[in-house]
Amino acid sequence: MIFKNSSSKSIALIVGTFLLLICMGISIVYGYANTSIQTTIESFTQFNHSNEHIIIQNVRIPRALIATCVGASLAITGVLMQTLTKNPLASPGILGINTGAGFAVVFAMIFFHISSLQSLAWVAFLGAGIAALSVYGISSSGRDAVTPVKITLAGAAISALFASFTQGLLATNEAELEQVLFWLAGSVQGRKLEILISVLPYLVIGWIAALLISSKMNILALGDDIARGLGLPLGLMKLTVGIIVIFLAGSSVAIAGPIGFVGIVVPHFARKFVGTDHRWLIPMAALLGGILLLIADVAARYIIMPQEVPVGVMTAMIGTPFFIYLARKGGKK
Amino acid sequence: MKQLKTVRLLQNKISFLLDVNASKKLTIISIIALLVFFLSASFGDSFINPLKVMQTIILQGSDFDQLIIVDFRLPRIFIAAFAGMALAVAGAVLQGLIKNPLASPDIIGISAGGGAAVVGFLAIFSDSNHSLTVSIEWLPLAGFIGATLVALIVYLFAWKDGVTPTRLVLIGIGVSAFMQAITTMLMIIGPIYQASEANKWITGSVKSADWNQVQIIVPIIIILLLLTVFIIRQLNVQELGDDTALSLGQTVQKTRFFLLLLSASLVACAISFAGAIGFVGLMAPHIARRIVGPTFGVLIPTSAAIGALLVMVADIIGRTAFSPLEVPAGVFTAAIGAPYFIYLLLRNPRK
Repeated sequence: MIFKNSSSKSIALIVGTFLLLICMGISIVYGYANTSIQTTIESFTQFNHSNEHIIIQNVRIPRALIATCVGASLAITGVLMQTLTKNPLASPGILGINTGAGFAVVFAMIFFHISSLQSLAWVAFLGAGIAALSVYGISSSGRDAVTPVKITLAGAAISALFASFTQGLLATNEAELEQVLFWLAGSVQGRKLEILISVLPYLVIGWIAALLISSKMNILALGDDIARGLGLPLGLMKLTVGIIVIFLAGSSVAIAGPIGFVGIVVPHFARKFVGTDHRWLIPMAALLGGILLLIADVAARYIIMPQEVPVGVMTAMIGTPFFIYLARKGGKK
Repeated sequence: MKQLKTVRLLQNKISFLLDVNASKKLTIISIIALLVFFLSASFGDSFINPLKVMQTIILQGSDFDQLIIVDFRLPRIFIAAFAGMALAVAGAVLQGLIKNPLASPDIIGISAGGGAAVVGFLAIFSDSNHSLTVSIEWLPLAGFIGATLVALIVYLFAWKDGVTPTRLVLIGIGVSAFMQAITTMLMIIGPIYQASEANKWITGSVKSADWNQVQIIVPIIIILLLLTVFIIRQLNVQELGDDTALSLGQTVQKTRFFLLLLSASLVACAISFAGAIGFVGLMAPHIARRIVGPTFGVLIPTSAAIGALLVMVADIIGRTAFSPLEVPAGVFTAAIGAPYFIYLLLRNPRK
């Protein structure tokens, strides 16, 4: 842990906030359309309906806000899930929750022609919930304890399952493929501000709830037996964490599609900075998550200009080496 | 209980224990698989009487039936059956290797590697009019290379003073996610025609099978299956744990590498022509284990028969259920396989 006492941790959080704001600024200023800091400021002070100003106000700002919210939410879910399952590889992407939500959304789009985001968000919650329950059910069945490998495998199996369902739906409904494909890769491009606003309540509830239970998370991290001994209502606690995870991951998928690896990478870095105390860890992870997704999104615009790489692909490229490093570090088991 | 019988062949040069009970079951399953093989030639856009099918196969039928059955239906049934066998056996080997019933070629990235290679192939060899600059017949080769390459990469990354099953799985899952990301990216960058072509391959379908493909793939798969049968008793030893296997004189790491390679080549062959048909590698060994028990000697052939059965049935449903629309076989292996699999896991607390 780099920052040891409370005051330096507070400073780290403040610096993190500034970095986040700077990244948002970069995300708003730079992109395919040629804009500068000056045009950006002008678009706020004297909006003149020029293309640049419209792009900044209607495309870039929503995009930056969405990347921030989704990144922060995914990072928080990562922290919660890693503590809950005591598995350093846990994250909504690896454990199949994103794919579950993704399948539910594709299913609803194709069969019920649902396009209102409000309803899609609930569909995504449902998918995320089913996936989370199945992973938990599968990995806790069996006689021996729930080991990290078991959970990860159960997650991968569930993930493969929903992915092949989605694949099947798309193979039989080719017309829908084009619309859904970009969304499926995970992207924050071309999303309108209304999309964010319609799920923002769930996100905010999730963030606040995560902060409220952060001290209880510290107890949960000590292990089930100790937590029970200290009087923590374990069942209720796990249920709460589960619901928060479903809200945050489900909303993120509904807005941006399944974006992987943010939930897995960020908590580890946050822990390096502020240690394992969840009261610091959760806000730090949220800030870093936002920063990571913003940077990944900016990089996604430049890597094969003029086309864009979906940001989910970028996070996978950043995240896979880290995942492999973690898996190798796990030592000889 | 188990009735075991010693079989000695060629003046005791080959000898093995035969589980009589399991062998009976295996025979029954194989017969069912054969029946389905012939019956499935009857189904399709038009139903042809099974007797007529038999007549046609021995070259006594009308020209029209000849065309439908010999030129259209038989090749795809062959491909379906052999792809099913290869996937099932590969899954059984992997599950034994990793000592976890959830392991399968779809999960540790072998299929995903094939998928990425196929999409990459479609993207690289297209000109500005989006038509391919090389023959589409090279596509299976791309799938094959991708699958084996990714298996090797996973193995390399998992190497740290030897490879442990745990690391193999975890790294496989990571690499698999990466390959999927690449696949999606290439699909998005390319034109929609390519995306739908690639998506069909990833879902898995035997629609475009012809006799050429059968000629290429069937001998290779048969050789690989025979190899598996010979090496498989090593897997029984590995099941006991690395230490025991070592003290029994097995070169654990070498055997592990060889088994992984074998499994990867089987998958690569299967998916090169049939596409990444999912869940067969996961499901077939499970079903087989329930029927004949976990000894690999009988498990492997039983898995093979069940795998063939699964893909053939999935293909029959795909051809007939929504006729004239064809649904890729992979959709049905997932649709049948996934719920059954969840049921298995939830019902049977002993994993």
